[in-house]
Amino acid sequence: MSARGSTATAGRNWTVGLRTWVQGLVPSGQALPDRQPVYVASWIYVFGVLSLASFVVVLASGLVLTVGGSLWWHTSSLGHFVNSMHLWSVELFFATMVIHLWGKFWMAAWRGERALTWVTGVLLFVSSIGTAFTGYLSESDFTSQWIAAEGKDGINAIGVGAFFNILNPAQMLLWHVALLPLAVGALVVWHVILVRRHGVVPPLEASAPEPARVGE
Amino acid sequence: MATVTRPAAGRRAPRTEWDSHDFPTRHYDLVKEFVIALVVMTLLTAALAAIFSSPDDKAITMARWAQADPNDVIATAAGELAGTTTSATYGAPYNHAAEGQSVLGVPLQKWGGVRIPVSSQDLVLQPLAGVRGDPALSQALGTWRGSTTDQQKSWASAYVDALDKAGGDPAKVATGDFGPVPALAAGLLSVARSGALEGALTSAGTFYGGDQTRSVLLLADGAYLEDTAVAQHLGGDQWGMMNEVGNYPGQPWMWLYTFWYQVKPFSTSDNADAEVWALMMLLTLLLMLVPFIPGLRDVPRWIPVHRLVWRDYYRRHPRT
Ligand code: HEM
Repeated sequence: MSARGSTATAGRNWTVGLRTWVQGLVPSGQALPDRQPVYVASWIYVFGVLSLASFVVVLASGLVLTVGGSLWWHTSSLGHFVNSMHLWSVELFFATMVIHLWGKFWMAAWRGERALTWVTGVLLFVSSIGTAFTGYLSESDFTSQWIAAEGKDGINAIGVGAFFNILNPAQMLLWHVALLPLAVGALVVWHVILVRRHGVVPPLEASAPEPARVGE
Repeated sequence: MATVTRPAAGRRAPRTEWDSHDFPTRHYDLVKEFVIALVVMTLLTAALAAIFSSPDDKAITMARWAQADPNDVIATAAGELAGTTTSATYGAPYNHAAEGQSVLGVPLQKWGGVRIPVSSQDLVLQPLAGVRGDPALSQALGTWRGSTTDQQKSWASAYVDALDKAGGDPAKVATGDFGPVPALAAGLLSVARSGALEGALTSAGTFYGGDQTRSVLLLADGAYLEDTAVAQHLGGDQWGMMNEVGNYPGQPWMWLYTFWYQVKPFSTSDNADAEVWALMMLLTLLLMLVPFIPGLRDVPRWIPVHRLVWRDYYRRHPRT
């Protein structure tokens, strides 16, 4: 009964409004369910979780790198190892993400109101590329010099270089460690919420499940 | 009780009458799956890092440039003074020397504006102005500053041409009317040798550096940076944007962006950068809108990879 009462005042009370919105994001019981539809039985489903896991390794190794400062990995063998971990976790992140992307493509996983899940996935792919690019510019080694010298023409040609100066490593490093990872992280959260909200997409051409099962 | 998997929002359009929530379920442990994935990825990352390490080729310093290719420094300095280098003729965002690139007639580069003004002459003159105790150099600077723009240009261009004829070797340049230009160029070489050039360019007037724009532009105006890159198979026409030094994987996800630079019409276009960007934006948009594009969204139906993914399900539910 009290729940009804809250809903009635939702229009006026901002807190109730926010609570209702948050509660409606994922249907109750579906945030962390311990059961999945029978058809969720393929290795391809693991790649979303693997992307997520490697993203966590990327973030963790990146955070350790920030502790030592922006030149640490050139002067310390520990720093260099953490730098190597950061690089390889990024390679794994992209590898698993691309397999995930193609898996979802061949499963046409955007069906049944899941288009936004696909769209946020593509945004993730693109923003991850941007984040990795600023990472290469922050290496402060020969690769950074060359990528900056080569890449500037592309960015300048579309007028963006005037604001996003890839020859300025201080600007690039800050983008790389603040705004861009925050954006990717926020997109990941949104993406995963959408996945849980809609449930795993049923197989293509699946026949309607037996009515007996419905409401079981 | 049935688990409600439909979002509570009531304003949605009517949906297919059944969805994932209507199927029978099986046991599944998401948290365990994630924790195992995290452990596996961490161990795999650590193993790859331990075995393959990561590239750390030292950045080229101006001193190394001066050491390895002094004639290139001289030629670049003369070019900056003559206004013939890449940066001197660049256009936005550094100067007004060129119109910049456009896509389908839209001058995006120009619209960005000249927000990072760089005077290529200053790339040479400003570091020299800081040199003390070299009367000949001070005199050369004075002569340059006291001359008209036309005179400066004619001296510098004459020296650029003469260097060209001499195969780039300043020692073999025939005498000519070069004014103070040879002295200025030699002056820049000696500042570069001393290791003071980066500092003079990056932190001019401020204690804190950090913005390498002018250093990179100067370095990239020379041939040494590109020669070094090409020797490592990193040239623009060698898929350089996505490769990394050594045998490291680099940025393979940039393959499509890099691909366009290798083929016509882009490989021969003056507007290649802007065109490739526009094309990639368009393709990205297409990828994003796949769920809405008839034909494209039907490809997974036509090429039935999904029968592999859900083969268990299809075996138990043969099509009628
Ligand atoms: C940071 C990168 C990404 C992470 C961490 C991530 C994570 C996940 C996870 C954990 C799932 C649920 C498990 C699964 O079905 O695999 C999922 C589902 C999904 N992902 Fe991603 N994803 C990422 C990128 C992408 C990309 C690039 C696309 C496609 C363009 C994409 C499209 C989808 C779709 C359509 C689903 C729904 C699948 C279904 O209902 O069966 N994701 N994602």
